[in-house]
Amino acid sequence: MGGSGVAVRRESVDGSLMAASPGATVEFRGVSFRIGGNLILDDLSFTIDAGETLVLLGRSGSGKTTALKMVNGLTFPTTGAVLVDGQPTTTWDLIQLRRGIGYVIQEVGLFPHFTISANVGLVPRLLEWTPERITARTKELLEQVGLDPVQFMDRKPRELSGGQRQRVGVARALAADPRLLLFDEPFGALDPVTRVELQNQFLALRKTVQTTSIFVTHDVREALRLGTRIALLDRGKLEILATPQEFLKSRTPQTRAFLDVLEL
Amino acid sequence: MNRPGLLQDVLQLTSEHFVLVLISMAIAVAIGIPTGILLTRRPSLRTGVLGFANVMQTVPSLALFGFLIPIPLIGGIGKRTAIVALVLYALLPILRNTLVGILGVEPAVRESAIAMGMTGRQLLWQVELPLASRTILAGVRVATVTTIGTATIAAAIGGGGLGVFIFRGIASVDTTQILAGAVPAALLALISDGGIGWIEKRFSAV
Repeated sequence: MGGSGVAVRRESVDGSLMAASPGATVEFRGVSFRIGGNLILDDLSFTIDAGETLVLLGRSGSGKTTALKMVNGLTFPTTGAVLVDGQPTTTWDLIQLRRGIGYVIQEVGLFPHFTISANVGLVPRLLEWTPERITARTKELLEQVGLDPVQFMDRKPRELSGGQRQRVGVARALAADPRLLLFDEPFGALDPVTRVELQNQFLALRKTVQTTSIFVTHDVREALRLGTRIALLDRGKLEILATPQEFLKSRTPQTRAFLDVLEL
Repeated sequence: MNRPGLLQDVLQLTSEHFVLVLISMAIAVAIGIPTGILLTRRPSLRTGVLGFANVMQTVPSLALFGFLIPIPLIGGIGKRTAIVALVLYALLPILRNTLVGILGVEPAVRESAIAMGMTGRQLLWQVELPLASRTILAGVRVATVTTIGTATIAAAIGGGGLGVFIFRGIASVDTTQILAGAVPAALLALISDGGIGWIEKRFSAV
């Protein structure tokens, strides 16, 4: 995994930056998770290819967030294994693993006592990049997520709106060129207009950054827009794993329930 | 009563009092904050340790000074015993506020820090302590003000300080002497309260 984050970059024809290293691969191998007597995840098995965006779709309590947190070692399977780049998370050096994975959550979780630039530059700082390189990267990222660096770098998170904060959250996750990005309902708390703006930004980003992404949502529209494949979870079980086109045609009771939402 | 020497006595006993409080607070902070941090990591110890600190605080202060006298090594008559008692008194607010301050850090912030690959030490020093600093300082402030008051009782076991005036004044029914002890102690408490309050505002992280 690109722990050092020293990705070689080159200018593509349209001027956007392309990371030379492709994304990481992730595999769930017979993953179950149990708390007390409750089975939260039930024998999940699937593979996420390098560079794809897998959406974990499901209702509240379907286990999608738990599954996501197993990828960066915030929690571990009771049985089975989660493999990142072919290696089980239980054998990874967790600090190294996490520094190579961007993580964006609904509550954003910006550090309230850090400026915006200190927030964005955190992982590069942990990786001991030079200050000049961190500053340059921070500016580049803020521009990339649509925030004017001059105006925002020295502000504190509390001075920003919810949408601006989540843009900073996305910039922070991208900072050290991670090969894997995890999103846990990142746009769930935003108003519908801002949400679509940020979804568009995500799609634009996907064209320039070849990172593997796992995206948790309960919003079927978001899943269809953003995912290269959709994994529908129902009470801890994998109901279906399909491309958006296949998903739209599927007729299981659970997919129907989600697709009915579209017809409202 | 020798009025001409009074001012000199006031200054001398005030500085003695101040040093007594300073030493006690330094020890209480040095024990209280690390223990508070430990309690955030070891929930199973919380009940026991907080219970001990709680009990210490409920023992009447004069009785606590008395209890310590017969205990070997830490007991006896004099400053050392006084400091032990004052430290035991000051522990609870510092301990409790350290625990509450760190546990009060937003879960999403802590989770982000861990998910971004911070080590336990980085999480503590870069995130938890800065965000808890205000609450921890508030605990130190409460403990300091209380200790300045309690330290007057230290004179009962030969600890010195402004309590010497107060006890002497009570014994000789001399209001001037009582005031000579009480007024500087009150001023010391007010100044400490204001001073630490100022630091609290200045160093508050957010």
